[in-house]
Amino acid sequence: MKMRKNIALSDSGFIFNPSTGDSYSANPIGQMIIQALQNGKTDEEITKSIEEEYMIDASTVEKDLYDFKNMLKNYKLTE
Amino acid sequence: MEKKQYERPIIKPLNTGLMNKFGTRTEYTPTTHIDGVAVSELIKEFGSPLFVLSERKIRENYKNAKRIFETRYPKIQFAWSYKTNYLNAICNIFHQEGSWGEVVSRFEYEKALKNGVPGNKILFNGPDKTDDDLRVAIKNDSPIHIDHLDELYRLIEIAGELNAKPRVAIRVNMDTGIYPMWDRFGFNYENGQAWDAINKIIAGNKLNLVGLHCHIGTFMLSPGAYGIAATKMADLALSIKKRYKKTITYIDMGGGFASKNTLKGTYQLGADAVPEISQYAEAICSALLNAGFETEELPYLYLETGRALVDDAGFLLGSVISNKRLSDGRRATIMDFGVNILFTSFWYDHKISPAQEFGLHTEDCVLYGPLCMNIDVVRENISLPPMKAGDHVVVHHVGAYNITQSMQFIAMRPAVVLIDMNGKPNVIKKKETLDIIEINEVLPAYLKTFNLNSTQEIEK
Repeated sequence: MKMRKNIALSDSGFIFNPSTGDSYSANPIGQMIIQALQNGKTDEEITKSIEEEYMIDASTVEKDLYDFKNMLKNYKLTE
Repeated sequence: MEKKQYERPIIKPLNTGLMNKFGTRTEYTPTTHIDGVAVSELIKEFGSPLFVLSERKIRENYKNAKRIFETRYPKIQFAWSYKTNYLNAICNIFHQEGSWGEVVSRFEYEKALKNGVPGNKILFNGPDKTDDDLRVAIKNDSPIHIDHLDELYRLIEIAGELNAKPRVAIRVNMDTGIYPMWDRFGFNYENGQAWDAINKIIAGNKLNLVGLHCHIGTFMLSPGAYGIAATKMADLALSIKKRYKKTITYIDMGGGFASKNTLKGTYQLGADAVPEISQYAEAICSALLNAGFETEELPYLYLETGRALVDDAGFLLGSVISNKRLSDGRRATIMDFGVNILFTSFWYDHKISPAQEFGLHTEDCVLYGPLCMNIDVVRENISLPPMKAGDHVVVHHVGAYNITQSMQFIAMRPAVVLIDMNGKPNVIKKKETLDIIEINEVLPAYLKTFNLNSTQEIEK
């Protein structure tokens, strides 16, 4: 899954979709995932990097990542 | 390097034009401790879900209400409403503070007696009193609050049999300007039913009419209604004095003071919308003091306040079972407590706080209970930090009507813990077990065995 190329993400977690004019906010882990997707990372790579940085197990990250990506799709932020 | 605290990833659309002047309500301030005891420790020791009551808060509430009324009226007596919360430990805290008992059934009556409340300090309310209940109440000299004419006639008969003159009050209902008007309890003031009952009692001379009782509603948001009720009650008492030269010793204003919970469908939060006890007190006491009683004949004011004294002393601790996404994209969180033990979630939007620290990001979600029933919704809409399975929450203001109305349905009822004045948790009700659920079941001998071996083979 890839993020749409024109989606803007600020350091504070503010997300802007210039095609629709909609804006969103994400928490730090949400930002980290969006950034990773923008950089073309795979799910495995994203899961690993979250696991390394945060106190959490891989299966929880996997569940949450799946759900988060669905929300990105739902908000039409992916292509 | 120490790893950072994980928080589920969330993304939230930013909408403009939907705010109101109060802003949105967000429950991200965690409640990590109750009376100095860590929520996580309580759950670790006593399990989840768990009801927790604060003795300190109960005593504070009682003392506060007593002070408020006593500074406005010289003769006050509280009677603890057993149906609000009849765990013996809770009742006895109120009795230790000086509260009498107010019961609405034989079972509650026996409970009050067993707790050591003298019979003459148990007010017996309720529409369902059997002949035997009435006999016991007469023998114990308990004030009997008569609800309907059938009860009045039976009571006259039984008093005759026992050759006693029981102390009674009549329950009076009236128009206090609120909707819906509660006219199901007692005799109506406006249409003359109340006077009819009073005339029958006094003319019959078999019962000793000592009081007048009313219960104008529950979770009353209008203190003025109590003022109207107190005026009408005082009018009855003074008219009885005038017509029969009979002094009424007490006026019982019942219960119904609201707690700080938020009723479903109300615009403002309970904490902002609900009147203070002092507002109720002012309305009632002013009406009684201005009614025209002779100083030496001022009646006692009895109060059966329940909810307002115990609701905010009760907490329900629970845990997240799972998170899921509904078909319309809404987040749903399944908790390990539902409407089976949080009965009041049918009419309150309970305040629910996380029990651990989170960031400032929140997500709108639906909170479901664990029952396999569609009605099991704890909050239809709440903004909470992103919680994961195993995280804990604290539901506030659950001390009234939940423990007494909780159902053994699908799941067992949880333990109840009281945090005492020294900050020590004491179990005051153990968690239910299968043995307790089945204790009154009887299995006929012919249903004791069955054989499922001959039915369809299970695929290996």
